[in-house]
This record gives sequence, structure tokens and C-alpha cells, in this order.
Amino acid sequence: MRSLPRRTLLGTGGLALLAACAPGSESGGDGGGASAPAASEVETDPATLGEVTLRLWDQEVRGAQDSAITALIDGFRKAYPNITIDRVKQSFDDLQKQTGLALSGNDVPDVLQVNNARGDMGEFVKAGQLTDLSGYAEAYGWTERFAESVLAKMRYSADAVTFGEGALWGLPQTGEVCGIYYSQKKLDALGAKAPTSWDELFALVEAAAGAGEQPLVLGNLEKWPALHVFGPLQASLVGADEIVTLAMGNAGASWEDEPNLAALGKLGEWASSGALGDAPNGLAYDTAWADFAKGTGVLLIGGSWLGPDLEKTMGEDLRFMAPPAGKDGTVATTGGTGLPFAIPTAAKNKDAAAAFIDYLTGDEAMALIAENGGMPVNRTAELAPDSGVNKDIYEAFDAVSTDGALLPYLDYATPSFADTAGAALQELIGGQADAAATAQALQADYAAFTGEG
Amino acid sequence: MARRPPSAVVRSRVTPYLFVLPAFLVFAAFSLYPLARAAQFSLYEWPGFGPSTFVGLRNYAELAGDPAFRSAIVNALLLIGFYALLPLVIGLVLAAILRRGQVRGMGFFRTVIFLPQVVALVVVAVAWRQIYSPDGPLNQALRAVGLDSLARGWLGDPGAALPAVGLIGTWLETGLVMLLLLAGMSRIPQELYEAARLDGAGPLREFRAITLPAVRGEIVVALVLTIIAALKTFDLVYMTTSGGPGHATTVPSFEVYHRAFELREVGSASAVAIVLTALVFAINLLVTRIGERGTESGGDA
Repeated sequence: MRSLPRRTLLGTGGLALLAACAPGSESGGDGGGASAPAASEVETDPATLGEVTLRLWDQEVRGAQDSAITALIDGFRKAYPNITIDRVKQSFDDLQKQTGLALSGNDVPDVLQVNNARGDMGEFVKAGQLTDLSGYAEAYGWTERFAESVLAKMRYSADAVTFGEGALWGLPQTGEVCGIYYSQKKLDALGAKAPTSWDELFALVEAAAGAGEQPLVLGNLEKWPALHVFGPLQASLVGADEIVTLAMGNAGASWEDEPNLAALGKLGEWASSGALGDAPNGLAYDTAWADFAKGTGVLLIGGSWLGPDLEKTMGEDLRFMAPPAGKDGTVATTGGTGLPFAIPTAAKNKDAAAAFIDYLTGDEAMALIAENGGMPVNRTAELAPDSGVNKDIYEAFDAVSTDGALLPYLDYATPSFADTAGAALQELIGGQADAAATAQALQADYAAFTGEG
Repeated sequence: MARRPPSAVVRSRVTPYLFVLPAFLVFAAFSLYPLARAAQFSLYEWPGFGPSTFVGLRNYAELAGDPAFRSAIVNALLLIGFYALLPLVIGLVLAAILRRGQVRGMGFFRTVIFLPQVVALVVVAVAWRQIYSPDGPLNQALRAVGLDSLARGWLGDPGAALPAVGLIGTWLETGLVMLLLLAGMSRIPQELYEAARLDGAGPLREFRAITLPAVRGEIVVALVLTIIAALKTFDLVYMTTSGGPGHATTVPSFEVYHRAFELREVGSASAVAIVLTALVFAINLLVTRIGERGTESGGDA
């Protein structure tokens, strides 16, 4: 009996305590009060900035990437001894999870890598946590340095409703492109040449199947790999502009129109005819490309990052090409950039940070990245090696990013699109859903997001 | 020495609580407070940073109409069959056999059967992913004996993926269940069996009349532990299928992770977590109740 009132007291006290601190309220975002230095206010000579310690958070931890950025940091420090760089490196997943927490605090890094997608960069822009780099872009001439189809992937309107246009929030160093890997020997055995049109590609797939080969290799256990196959295939039938609208989650397009249905239908047809292997949904991504390197299949549609590893096994036999031009005549394929470097709103040394980003994306840096085996986002054709698969990859990226259209990853579209599209394409490939049902699922996610936004 | 009457402090009603207090404080700080915060988060719309909006019970209302959440719950319930019931049946049989036979190197075999519990789950998942892969050992074995029609990409086949993941759970939990039951069985006096045998009972009858009632308590413990493991399974799904193909193998814990870290919907993720916690409590309360009632009526069998 005596304990009862005490318990009630404790209960109400607890409730009051809980109500007092709603999640996130103690840190309090500025709510869109983004800072945007004008070009005239920017100090572009880092030597005049005095003693500065620049804090950098990045995820360039893998072999070639790590050596490239280490060399770049050394180079920058030699040029500007007054600036010390304090680097924290971690994996992409770790960085992605920490960024949200870190940016809402006051003790933020000066430069950090932020994923382009709406769920990441878009959210931070909306919350006013990143610096608008437009002024720096003008002062440093970044718009001349980068192709616009590359820069578009770092552009958001200040309210983050529009993606692909508006202010600039980050700059990337490296490029990525999805294309077609093939084995030259396998093509020779089939009496075929590298396809120059999508019709030739479809014919090659059939010819390979007829000869008892597995035409295309896909490991889609993880859900996302099919997006890298569907992206180029979609570009064969759907106009590049429409794909950009869909993939950036901007209003005004539809997944359920004729060309998209036809592209989804083609992927379903490939899957049901066995052109993608017996059980692509049950095969892991890493197993699939390793199988391809060991001689399974004729073609592998996938990202440029696979090149160096495939080449280790396949050597000279491995070739890479951008997909053939689509219906509208442009060479368009899924691709993008390495993670862009951005400057938080609360960063203490913005001018030094911008100077560092300028250095990271400059001519010298591009050469250093190429030297270390990465793919620089600019001067790609010029820096291409003389032989090997990287020559093909550099040339393909250059062709797509300068003359063609570098389409965004489809999962940039909405925060939930990676899951929606991954699951939908798995069901299409597995035969549980047809093209119409798949298009409907994709449209539902896209429409819900653009309707809200 | 005459015993002194207990002092006023000892007699006070508050005293027992004072003894509990240190443990309770730790428990409250690391279990109750996070639980209360999760319950609170579930009432907000919050991306994990910045300001939040109070939305009342809307997160829960949305779960009711969310097909991904529904299939997560259904899958979790199906997994109970693989994580709890199947290991219980296999564990009972194994333990009953091991109890009877005087096998040389018994300790070794017990260790082997318990081994899956010791290996890190990530390692388990990677190994099984390999076993289930289209060209993996399982399909090779099937093809070797002419069962080509059964070979498939186990984790990518909508009908086979959930049982495939579930059987990894069976493999994991069987050792634990067996060990618990074996411990219970070792406490049964040998005389009971001798008496039963004199009365003409066969091995099956012995098992039903003596062994089973005697290990009822252990069965309840085993069920509680394995059901909790089934309902909150995450690592296996995350490492093998990411919830696919489609949403065929998604589970509540995976939905919590997915919503909190990939969709940045901390409110919705917390709501799933709270529903999951309630579900775990409800099912285990049921299991314990049934177990207790059984012991009361079954008395001294």
C-alpha cells in the first residue's frame, strides 16, 4: 500500500523527464540557415590563412584510394606548410552512419565525404548542415573543370526538393561507370564482334545461348547488383532526360510509361530465358564476378571498379566498353562519382577546406589518382594508360561523361528507393512479378516521394 | 551465544530494496532507460539528427498497413518453427539417445554438437551462403545423386529462401537445446528407469513417462531462449539475403536496422522495435504459463 503513491510519483516524474527532451531537440538544427560565401569573399590563397589545422573525414581506405589520398595530403602540406591535415579514415558504412550524428553537433570536421543520395546529402542540405560551395566554384573555376553531368550529382536546391540542379554542395575526385565487360576469346569463338548497337547486343546474347554459353553473368543475392544491369538496359529504350528525372526523384516522369515497361520486360525476358544464369538471385555478387573471371559466361554488365580485379585473372582477354547508344542516339549509362567532399556549415576553417578540395580535384591530383590505379573524374581520356582494361574504362568514362550522359544511380531517387527497386527487380528476375507489376512498385515509391516533396 | 533480535534497520521494510538498489540502478540505466527512450522515439518522426516532430501513434498506425512489416512478423513467426520447435524435437531425440548409450569420447561429441553456438554468426552466415550458392556443395550433392530438379539458388528462390535461412537457425540452436536437456536428464535417478523396466516399459514408454516430464523445466527454458533468438534474428538475414528475394526473408530486427540506418526513419524503426519487444514478451509469457501449468497438474509423474 505504501509503495503505490511512490510508484505513481516515479512514473509521472519519469514521464515528465521524457517529455522534456524530445529526440534531437537539444542539438537543434538551424533549419535551412545554410551558409553560402560569395565568390568575392573567398580567400583562394591558402598560404595567407596562417596556422590552420584542417580536419578531414574520408572513406578512401582501400589500397589504391588510400595511397592516392595519402600522396595528395603530403603534396598539399608541402605546398602550404601552414596547414596541418588531421585525417580520420573509416569504411563507407561507418562514415555514413556517423555523419548524421556528427553534423548535428558543434564539433564538426572541416572536410568530409558525403554520399550524393537524397537520403544522405539531400537530408543534410535540407537541415542546413552543409556549406553551399557555389561561391567557391566561381572563385576557383570548378564549373570549367568538371563536366556538368558530373556536377549535377552534387547539386540540390537549398530546400533539397530538387536534385540535379541548384547550388553545389560537394566535389568528387574519382569517377565510376557501368558498362559491359567481355572476354575477347569468347567473342572470337562465337565469331562475334563487340556490339555497336543494342540490337547487335541482343543478337549476341541469343547467339551465346545458342552456343551453350551463359550469355550474361549476374550475382544478385544482395539486391542492388541488378540495378547496375538494368541501368544501361533502361538507357537503351528510355530517354536520358527521363531517367535523370526518375533517378533523381524529381517530379514529372513515370515508371509506367511504354519505354520503361519495355526495358523491364527485356530484363524479365533475359531472366526467364536463362540468359542471366540459372539462379542469379541466389548467387552472391562477389562470387559472380569471380566466376566470370574464371571463364563463366560471355558478358558481364557492371561497374568500372571491377576492372582491376577481373584483369588480375583474365589479363589481356578482358575488355570493357560503354553500352551502345540508346534510341535517342546518346551513349548513356549508369555511373557517377566517388563520394564527393563537402564542407559542413559549422566548419571552422572553410576557406582552407575549400582550398584543399580544390587541390584534391585539380590537375595534379587527377594524375596522382591515375598513377595509383584509380579513375580520375577529370582529364580521364588524357590520363588513360596505354593498354589494359583501364584504357577501355577511362575511354568509356570520358565518352559517357563528356559527350554522352552519365546517368545517376537509380537508388538516388528517394530514401527508400534502393530497397524498393532492389526488391522489385529481384522479383522480376525471379519471375514472381511481371514488368507491369514491377513498374507499379517502382512508380508507387517514386510518386509517393515526389508527391510529398 | 543468544541470538540478538534483528536491529531496526534489518526489520525495516525498505531494507530489502536497499539491497536491490545497486543492481537496479545498473539495470535501469542500461535497460529500462533505453527501452523508455525507444518507446518515446516511436512517437516522433525523426531522421536521427536535427529537430523532431511529435506524431502520436501514427508510426504504429502506418505499420499496420505496411506489407514489409507484416511479412517481417509472419517470417519471424515461421522462424520459430525452425529456431525453436525443430531443435527441440531433434535435441530431445539426441539427448535421449546420448543419455542411454555409454559412448566413449562423449565429451568430444557434446562439444562438436555445441560448436555452432561458439562460432561467430557472421562466419556461420558466410559459410552457409557458400553452401547454398547455385554451384555450392548442397547443389553439387543433389546433382551427384541425380536430384538435379531439386538444385536451385536456395537463397534466391522465394519459396526456399526462408526455410534455407531457418535451417541455419536449426543447426545453430540444436546444440544448445540438446545440452540443456542433457543436463536435465542427468538429474533423473537411475532407479526410476530400473523400476520402469521391471514393470515392463520399453524405451519409448520410458521416454514418455519418465524422461519427458522430468525435463519439462529445461524444455521451457530452451523454448524461451530459442524463441527469443528466432524473433530477434538479424545477423543471419543481414549477411545471407538482406531480406530478399523481394521481402521473402525480412524479419523485424532487420526492419529496425533498415528503417533506422538506411531510411533514416528512427521513429518508425523504434515502433517496430517496441512491437517486437511486446511480441517477444507475449510469446514467452505464454510458453512459461503453459510450462508452469503443466508442472502443477503433471505433479510428480
